[in-house]
Amino acid sequence: MRAVILVAVMTAVTILLRFLPFLVFRERTPRYIAYLGKVLPSAIIGMLVIYCLKDMNITEAPFGLPELLGTACVIGLQAWKRNAIISILGGTIVYMLLIQVVFI
Amino acid sequence: MNHGTVKQAFIKSLPVMAGYIVLGIGFGILLRTAGYGVLWAFSMSVFIYAGSMQYVGIGLIAGGASIITTMLTTLMVNARHLFYSISMIDRYKSAGNYKPYLIFALTDETYSLLCDGKVPGEADAGRYRFLVSLFNHCYWVTGSVIGSLLGTVIPFSTKGIEFSMTALFVASFTEQWLTDKDHIPALVGIISSLICLLIFGPERFLIPTMLLITLALTIFRRREESAS
Repeated sequence: MRAVILVAVMTAVTILLRFLPFLVFRERTPRYIAYLGKVLPSAIIGMLVIYCLKDMNITEAPFGLPELLGTACVIGLQAWKRNAIISILGGTIVYMLLIQVVFI
Repeated sequence: MNHGTVKQAFIKSLPVMAGYIVLGIGFGILLRTAGYGVLWAFSMSVFIYAGSMQYVGIGLIAGGASIITTMLTTLMVNARHLFYSISMIDRYKSAGNYKPYLIFALTDETYSLLCDGKVPGEADAGRYRFLVSLFNHCYWVTGSVIGSLLGTVIPFSTKGIEFSMTALFVASFTEQWLTDKDHIPALVGIISSLICLLIFGPERFLIPTMLLITLALTIFRRREESAS
C-alpha cells in the first residue's frame, strides 16, 4: 500500500513539474520567457550530453577513450550524413565493440 | 488519421527505440529484483514516465521512504522538466486536444527529438508531435514489461548498449550546432555543465547547472536579441 502511495506521489510531482510553466504562462508568454524558450533547447541538450558522460573515468585506463571515440563517431557521422539513426547506430556499435572487444 | 504522418512520426521516433527498450528492460529487471513484478513495472512506466526518476524510485519504494522524501527527491531529480516545458510553451500553444498528453510525455528523449521545432511539410504539427511522443512512451513501457518478464535471460551481450542514449543527445546537439547560426546557447550549456560538474560532482551538478545556464543566457540576452 505504501508503495502505491509513493508511486502516486512520484507521478503527481512529475506531472506538476511538466505542467507548471504552461499553467503559469497560460495567458501570454512574457518576452523574457519567450527568449528563454528560444535559446534553452541548445543549452539543455549540451547539458544532457555532459550529464550522460558525467561518470566517464579519465584518470584510469582506458581514460574514457570508449566514450570519447563513440562520441566522436556520432559527431562525425551526423556532420556527414545528417541522419540521427545512422549516427546513433554507428556510435553505439563502435562503443560496444570498444568495451566488449578492444578495452576489456 | 493521415497515414503519412504516422510513418513520419515513427521514423522520427526510431532513434529513441533501442535506447528506451534497453533502459526499460534494465528498469524492469531491477524492479523485479527489488521484489516488484510486472504490474508495477507497467504502472510506473505508464504513469511516472521519467526514466532516471523511475530508477531512483526503485530505491525509494524498496526502502520504504517517506512521502516527504519521495516528493523532494522527485522535485530534485525532475526539476529539469520545468525547463523543457518553458521552451515548449509557444510550440505547444496550438496543439489543441493533444496538448495535455504532449506536456505529460515530455521526457528528455522526446524533448531532444521535438525541441528543434521541425515538422515534416504537410503534417499537422500537433498530431505529428503527439505520435512521436506516443511511440516513445510505448517503447519505454514495452521495455519495462519485457525486462520484468524475461529478467536476465537475454541471449547476447548488450553491455554498452546504454550508450545509445548518449549518442542520441550527441546527435541532437551536433544537428543543432550545424543548423544554428548562433552558437552561444550551445556553448553556454556545455561550459556551465562542465564548470558545475567540476565544482559539485556528478551526483548533484544538474540543478546548479540549470541555474548557471539561466543566469548566463539572461546576461547574454541583449546581445542575442539584437543579433536575431
